[in-house]
Amino acid sequence: MNIQGSIYRRLMLQLVGSAAILAAILFVLFQSFARQLAVESQDTTLQASASAILESVSIQQGAVVADIPYAALAMLGNVSDDRVFYQISRGTQVLTGYDDLPRDPDAMSWTANYRGDQIRLVQVSRALPINGSLATITVTVAQTQDGLAQKLAEISGTAILLGAIFFAVATVLAIWAARSGVRPLNTVAEAVSRRGPADLRPVTTPVPSEMAPLTLALNDFMARLDRSLAQSEDFIAEAAHRVRTPLATVRAQAEVTLRRVDREENRIALKQMIRAVDESSRAAGQLLDHAMVAFRTDHLEQSELDLGAVLDEIVARQGPVADLKDITFEQTINPDCIIMGDTILIQNAVTNIIDNAVKYSPHETVISVTLTREPNSVILTITDQGPGFEAENIDTLTDRFARGTNVGQTVGSGLGLTIANEVARAHNGTLTLTQSTKGTGACVTLSLPA
Amino acid sequence: MRLLLVEDNERLAQALVEMLSLDGHGVDHAMKISEAREFSQTVTYDLILLDIMLPDGDGRDFLQELRQSARDVPVIVLTARSEVSDRVGVLDLGADDYLVKPFEFAELEARCRAILRRRGGAATNVKRIGNIEFDLLGGVLKTETARVELRNRELRLFEVFAANQDVILSKTKLVDRMFSADEEVSENAIEVYVGRLRKHLRGSSVEIITVRGLGYRMTTT
Repeated sequence: MNIQGSIYRRLMLQLVGSAAILAAILFVLFQSFARQLAVESQDTTLQASASAILESVSIQQGAVVADIPYAALAMLGNVSDDRVFYQISRGTQVLTGYDDLPRDPDAMSWTANYRGDQIRLVQVSRALPINGSLATITVTVAQTQDGLAQKLAEISGTAILLGAIFFAVATVLAIWAARSGVRPLNTVAEAVSRRGPADLRPVTTPVPSEMAPLTLALNDFMARLDRSLAQSEDFIAEAAHRVRTPLATVRAQAEVTLRRVDREENRIALKQMIRAVDESSRAAGQLLDHAMVAFRTDHLEQSELDLGAVLDEIVARQGPVADLKDITFEQTINPDCIIMGDTILIQNAVTNIIDNAVKYSPHETVISVTLTREPNSVILTITDQGPGFEAENIDTLTDRFARGTNVGQTVGSGLGLTIANEVARAHNGTLTLTQSTKGTGACVTLSLPA
Repeated sequence: MRLLLVEDNERLAQALVEMLSLDGHGVDHAMKISEAREFSQTVTYDLILLDIMLPDGDGRDFLQELRQSARDVPVIVLTARSEVSDRVGVLDLGADDYLVKPFEFAELEARCRAILRRRGGAATNVKRIGNIEFDLLGGVLKTETARVELRNRELRLFEVFAANQDVILSKTKLVDRMFSADEEVSENAIEVYVGRLRKHLRGSSVEIITVRGLGYRMTTT
């Protein structure tokens, strides 16, 4: 799977990021607005003070007299502990006050550095007649900004707190939004992943409209898969039917004819014909079975199955065939062998093993079938009294189309043990071929986890 | 035994009917489900051999019909389809057994016999030859003094003799009936089984005589 990023994470990052940016903007706006308000209020007070001082300036006998009212400076002192400076000047000539206060002939109010402190200055001026001419009297009042800075710091604290609360609320909302946005995706994913491998019905879980195209595509895909599976199953059944029906006719006709014919060479020909039919029908059957097994091992349909019961059924079904050769089954079955597995595959594997045993057993012999329970596995052992396996190729007999050299005339496809082995592996089990400990026979052991 | 064969492949059906008739069974042949329905409503069969793919429908539907109508006739399904996918289905529908085409005739016989035996055979299957009683289904031979259960091969050999009394049967014919085509057996293998039958028949009025150069003949004295 090619996974790039996560919708949930991306949504979260985007929403939380936006919240952070908004919180920062909120903080800056709030702070600058507060600063502006504070400066304006300081300016108003300074201006009132300066105007009051200027009102008190008069000309008496050609001299400038200033009687600074107490209130003019007291209104400033009330505000804070900030120091206050003033200056009265006539043109560029300082008449009284702090004569080194910074000057700016154009501004009404400004900020400057004075004696190591930042101060706010406001100046007002008026023209007064002196000795027949007009003289411009300017009053400058200044104040340090310590109180303002302190107030601003308080306001900043409040702004940070507000920003933080906004950010926290926005983050919680972002998580909720991202979760609920992704939830329908998870719901559909869960509904699909809970299904068995053969469940290809369309998804009916309610989904939001944005997910409709995805769900439609998924349903369409599953419908196509279902159709193609059904088609390939039908094809296998149809192919088998097409191959086996004419073979069945030929075989039955050959058998009837064999009963009527006496000449030895004709009889040999008919027998060879029957053998050829058996070989091709067996090969066709096993090839189709093998294809089915390969298909099913990819989509294992596991369910609880009683191996003892499966075994009983298969042995019972093989009974009449074994009976034709007077072969008897000797069964020792532990009834407590419930395993998880694909019933059809296990049946197929066990049938192949037992079928082999019957095929290669001489007349009037015994096939022993033993099913035992181990702590973590069940072990099925099938032993016959036939020619057994050859030591030199015992390891390759589970390969496709591999057959022993000691099979004689017995018809076979070389796929039976391959199928059994593949089924064992698909169930995390093992198939082991050994020589019987009692004599020459073959011993096949199928071990499956329980 | 009365059998109904439902099979649309005419040549296969012909061969099967001939084989079954040679063994002394009465066989009716239906080509399609509608014919099979008529046959099964008028005749009581011991067994029905039923193909799945029929021109006028699915043999499994007919099987279901039979089971719903509570006619408890044993059914063996003959299928040419993949064994795995059909097997479970037909047994669940109430078939007694199934055979995958192509099959050995001996296996068909063996399965018929196994089903009839399981279902509890009727007493009509007991045949009297001379002073012995032969229960075909149970494979039991009763002489005046003994009761022997024949093994499968002995049983099949005796069946052939019983159906062809006083007829000379060649060793080759007998080998055909007892061994499948892929088994390598010498004709002398027959001698072993004839020997066993003779032992079972000792003291009865039935005798298997060796006809030198030709084969064997069973006769009653």
